[in-house]
Amino acid sequence: MRVVLAEDLFLLRDGLVRMLEAYDFEIVAAVESGPELTRALAESEPDVAVVDVRLPPSHTDEGLQCALAARRARPGLPVLVLSQHVEQLYARELLADGDGGVGYLLKDRVFDADQFVDAVRRVAGGGTAMDPQVIQQLLSRRSQDSTVGLLTPREREVMELMAQGRSNAAIAGQLVVTERAVAKHTSNIFAKLGLPVSDDDNRRVLAVLAYLDHGRPQPH
Amino acid sequence: MGKRISQALRAGARGLLASVAALAGSLTLFVLTVLSIAFVPLGVGLLTTPAAVAAVRRHANRRRVWAAEWAGVRVAEAYRPLPADVRRGLAGQVRRTAHLLRDPATWRDLRWLLVDASAGTVSAMLAPALFAYGVQGFVLAAGLWAAFRQDPYWYAFVPVSGPATGLLAAALGAVLLGAGVRYAPDVLRGHFLLTRSLLDPGRDEELARRVERLTRTRHDAVDASAGELRRIERDLHDGAQARLVAVGMDLGVVEALIEKDPARAKELIGQARRSSADALNELRDLVRGIHPPVLAERGLGDAVRALALRMPVATEVSVDLPGRAQAPVESAAYFTVSEALANAVKHAGAGRVRIDLWHSGGVLRATVTDDGRGGARIGNGSGLSGLERRLGTFDGVLAVSSPAGGPTVVTMEIPCELS
Repeated sequence: MRVVLAEDLFLLRDGLVRMLEAYDFEIVAAVESGPELTRALAESEPDVAVVDVRLPPSHTDEGLQCALAARRARPGLPVLVLSQHVEQLYARELLADGDGGVGYLLKDRVFDADQFVDAVRRVAGGGTAMDPQVIQQLLSRRSQDSTVGLLTPREREVMELMAQGRSNAAIAGQLVVTERAVAKHTSNIFAKLGLPVSDDDNRRVLAVLAYLDHGRPQPH
Repeated sequence: MGKRISQALRAGARGLLASVAALAGSLTLFVLTVLSIAFVPLGVGLLTTPAAVAAVRRHANRRRVWAAEWAGVRVAEAYRPLPADVRRGLAGQVRRTAHLLRDPATWRDLRWLLVDASAGTVSAMLAPALFAYGVQGFVLAAGLWAAFRQDPYWYAFVPVSGPATGLLAAALGAVLLGAGVRYAPDVLRGHFLLTRSLLDPGRDEELARRVERLTRTRHDAVDASAGELRRIERDLHDGAQARLVAVGMDLGVVEALIEKDPARAKELIGQARRSSADALNELRDLVRGIHPPVLAERGLGDAVRALALRMPVATEVSVDLPGRAQAPVESAAYFTVSEALANAVKHAGAGRVRIDLWHSGGVLRATVTDDGRGGARIGNGSGLSGLERRLGTFDGVLAVSSPAGGPTVVTMEIPCELS
């Protein structure tokens, strides 16, 4: 799998390159600034881009802007955005086009290499990887929402993991239940929230995220 | 023409009102205040002086408002703020009186009262007098001349004693009315210019006050930043630093154990990883408290939007900022909004909050409105008073309107340019 990596701090860039190579990714470009990233994304047509939000020369959200621009130029280009902090505002912008293939994670998540690599693969495959903190912020805003209140604690757990972009199999593994049980919880959640049922995993994730963000089913 | 006449007539009526206020109000207040101050050594004055001076200031402020609204004359106000910690009872009364008597504005007001009661009354009367005297000329012509057949009545320089001289009086009256229509607003303006020459603190005093304010706000700023650095130092020392020490120790033990007891070593590595994750979380919170990353990356508008998204209650944001302010200004504005939001949720129990942020006329403004239970104020020790000091560094101001039962509106203004 071909990866473009953009991270301005040498230590982190180096570490990420080594980690991804250890998991058999091919790093086609490892760059350290916004303009370089834009060029690399245009030239090397990667399967996935792993991008730090803050990049030189402006040290603002240059990485995010480059990633969004690249996705506008090539819709669905898988992008995993990393940051020292997560903001719902940025998550919303990344998800806005509804194309999938988007990830947004805290840099801390690289501590757990297996999970991180899983997230990269998921994004590259057109799926979603949202940081648990984003989901928790969304949920805490929905805490007064009576519909979310209808969910059982277990269903809430399942929804949290689903919103992060995990597959039913991964959720089953994490909660130590069968995949059938997860599927049942999932259909309950969709029924309670009034969301349209879909077989497409990624559509499902996006529907839940949109629900959490806006508090009602979004027409898609 | 009609508009001109009605403007002139309005100026006349206002002049009449001002002259009544000047004669009755200023004279009474002058006498009362002088007596009150004279009785200070006897003790009685201690009780009455603060009330009298307060009445004088209200009276003067009403005239300031009139000057601005009626004649476009701005009269600056320069009363020293009362010290915040004045107690009740006699001791407080003594301090209050002493404070008022030391304020040059008190004496300037007294001088103004005296002049206002005399020259002020006359100057305010001029505009209505032009109309009244003009009308009298016509009344004389219309038949009143008959009363002065034997003993001529001097209408200005016209001795009225018959229909012919009556007509002359009417001609003069017409001239006076014409002058009234033409000049009444200017004459009224003259009165307020006189007011300004006496009430306005003048450039020297304004500069002195400015220096005083700058000294105070600079002091506050230095204090605040020193306090902030102390807090950051303590947080780092007790938080991230301690956690990293723990990580280092764990790794040291791992090094010793890795061959003898791989299972235990693996457990310690997990622990070290958790400690480093905790350290990162603490650093992240710390950074958010110093300078929120979104603020650095996106500027004030998006930082406030991101803040609203973190709120547990429905929060509406409207931003109209064509550019970015300087970083310290953005930061002060951000933390003010953030504190107001926190108050709305924590203390007011608000269910809905609205944030407006805009820049106009060289001033950055923000209002935070909530539907909570109200009763908030900028008081001792509240987070808002700290922010007021922080805004003071930029000549910014903070105002809170929060009647019991709500709604609460926190307004912030900082003069600044956007780039």
